[in-house]
Amino acid sequence: MAEPAVALEPTSAVADAREQRVFVASQWQLMWWRFRKHKVAVASGLIVIAFYAGVLGADFLAYADPDASEAQRSLMPPQRVYWFDGWRFSPYVYAVKGARDPQTFKRVYRADPSQKIAIRFFAEGFEYRVFGLIATTRHLIGVDRGLDAGETVFLLGTDVQGRDLWSRLMYGTRISLTIGLFGVTVSLVLGVVLGGLSGFYGGVADTVIQRTIEILRSIPTIPLWMGLAAALPRDWSVLQVYFAITIIISLLGWTDLARVVRGRFLAMREEDFVVSARLVGCSQMRTIFVHMVPSFMSHIIAATTLALPAMIISETALSFLGLGLRPPAISWGVLLQQAQNVQTVAISPWLMIPAVPVIIAVMAFNFLGDGLRDAADPYGR
Amino acid sequence: MLAYIGRRAILAIFTVWAISVLAFAIIQLPPGDYVTSYIAQMASMGSVVSDEEAQNLRIQYGLGQPMYVQYLKWMRLIVRGNFGMSMEWRRPVTEVIGERLWLTVVVSVAALILTWVLGLPIGIYSAVRQYSVGDYLATFVGFIGLAVPNFLLALVLLYLGFVMFNAHIGGLFSPELQDAPWSAARVWDLLQHLPIPAVILGLAGTAQQIRIMRANLLDELRKPYVVTARSKGLSEARVVLKYPVRVALNPFASTIGYTLPYIVSGSIIVSVVLGLPTVGPLLLKALIAQDMFLAGTIVLLLGVMTVIGTLISDILLVWIDPRIRLEET
Repeated sequence: MAEPAVALEPTSAVADAREQRVFVASQWQLMWWRFRKHKVAVASGLIVIAFYAGVLGADFLAYADPDASEAQRSLMPPQRVYWFDGWRFSPYVYAVKGARDPQTFKRVYRADPSQKIAIRFFAEGFEYRVFGLIATTRHLIGVDRGLDAGETVFLLGTDVQGRDLWSRLMYGTRISLTIGLFGVTVSLVLGVVLGGLSGFYGGVADTVIQRTIEILRSIPTIPLWMGLAAALPRDWSVLQVYFAITIIISLLGWTDLARVVRGRFLAMREEDFVVSARLVGCSQMRTIFVHMVPSFMSHIIAATTLALPAMIISETALSFLGLGLRPPAISWGVLLQQAQNVQTVAISPWLMIPAVPVIIAVMAFNFLGDGLRDAADPYGR
Repeated sequence: MLAYIGRRAILAIFTVWAISVLAFAIIQLPPGDYVTSYIAQMASMGSVVSDEEAQNLRIQYGLGQPMYVQYLKWMRLIVRGNFGMSMEWRRPVTEVIGERLWLTVVVSVAALILTWVLGLPIGIYSAVRQYSVGDYLATFVGFIGLAVPNFLLALVLLYLGFVMFNAHIGGLFSPELQDAPWSAARVWDLLQHLPIPAVILGLAGTAQQIRIMRANLLDELRKPYVVTARSKGLSEARVVLKYPVRVALNPFASTIGYTLPYIVSGSIIVSVVLGLPTVGPLLLKALIAQDMFLAGTIVLLLGVMTVIGTLISDILLVWIDPRIRLEET
């Protein structure tokens, strides 16, 4: 450090200490500091974390069995929740009575103000297993013993078959977000391996892989996905279809990741530290995985985050068309399938609610990915 | 320049080949072969396919022979313009697709033009008036456009149109002109119905173009030559439009290569939601009914059209951008 600067101002000593901290900080620390400044990205990160917490705790957040259908409560509108009983915080809803309109033959529902149903927190409900292991009946919300939440509480209304939309949405979130995660993992493996081969070896491998990417990118994806998804055997189980859809979506989704990885490899191949690693006799595997990959890990993470929304939209679109996941599986797309018909939606607009988490999740992933990408770029402004 | 176009053309041919293999795979994937399902279909309609006829069909499509032979026979039929029979409609596939393919092209091109016509000026405005209200508004609309899947947007607009105006905003023609022969009135009707699907399809692309244009132009505007131009006393419009916009336009033009597949892709699902008479709803119906020749043909034709569109845009790009021309010679 220059001498006069220290002598001049006491504040420069502080700046000096800060600079010292920057010099010794690890790459991840630098990234974190830069990321923290991007407020929208941090908020999006929290939203994404909340979404995945919801994925883990879907059974806990749901209060009704998502598959319990009942014609008697078909297409109920969302219920109004009263938060205060007098001045006391004690949320309750009114019991709902359904009847058939003698003129239109539609079911109409009327709240019955004489019958208050208190909403309890951490109440007991249907049985499920935490992480598939521990059996429990606790749910975030529920009703008093002796009543069934599935028959009395309808926070977001019900669908045509009378299934509770809130509870279905919780389970749908689980499937839609994990399918995106698995899809992106498959794409990541393909992208890193092929992009790595392409960037590290160059030559013929590079040309072939790059041309393949260009070809894949110039094919309209949705018709192709539709064709492949429609060809899945009808008698496959939910789980088989789930994995098949994941693979179909990721087969075309790896190209962006491969491009990022290739670009990094090309930029790094001639760097001093890589050359010296090779000169001291590191094996090729060691050069790649110990020296090169860690230095662009952050870029891969950012690219992966940016690839996720496309996966989520693809799954939603396919299931919406009836070619992706099929009932009894529940995903955002499967839920939105009920909103395909305008007449239905005009009468029961709450069927469009599953579009809200799709949009929020896609936005959050985009902002988070942007923030991560900026933070990962050492030359960014 | 010729070398460049030649390379792009060869790549386009490979792409068409890859698409044809995938389309063939889509036709082959469902269990059973074409003839058995054809016979079953005819039987359900009450007519009988004679053994001789079935045998002829088997020979025509090379069923029972190795996959590549079947593929080659299929290709040969296609080159002659014979795309097979649609099971569901019991008519040749070409007849079923008919004008729907051209309407798909019309809708896609309209959306593409819209992304340019809107994306360009808004992007320039956003960069020149950085951090103004208009810039924030454009950025906000841009993010919405990127985050909302277009079929959801279609659904919401359809719902709003229904609830607020009690009108069905879908479709490409008024009911009375739906099946009418082409006339000036029908073209005019089509043009009136076109904006809504074009906006829905083009919004995501427009948002992307705005972002690219804004970022590129901001980079350019900071360069010394812009300061020089301004210090020489050129008018602000000239300072911005003469060089920076032209330079910023270049990467912008090259994105057309993947904007087009994206729009064509989106047009399928948006058409299903809005009930447009394009190949979209037809493809969905064909896939659900396992009418594989129809489905495979639609996938093939869509892919080929996209490749041709991309090739044309590539050639235009070379024509616009002298740097590519020089690089390749």
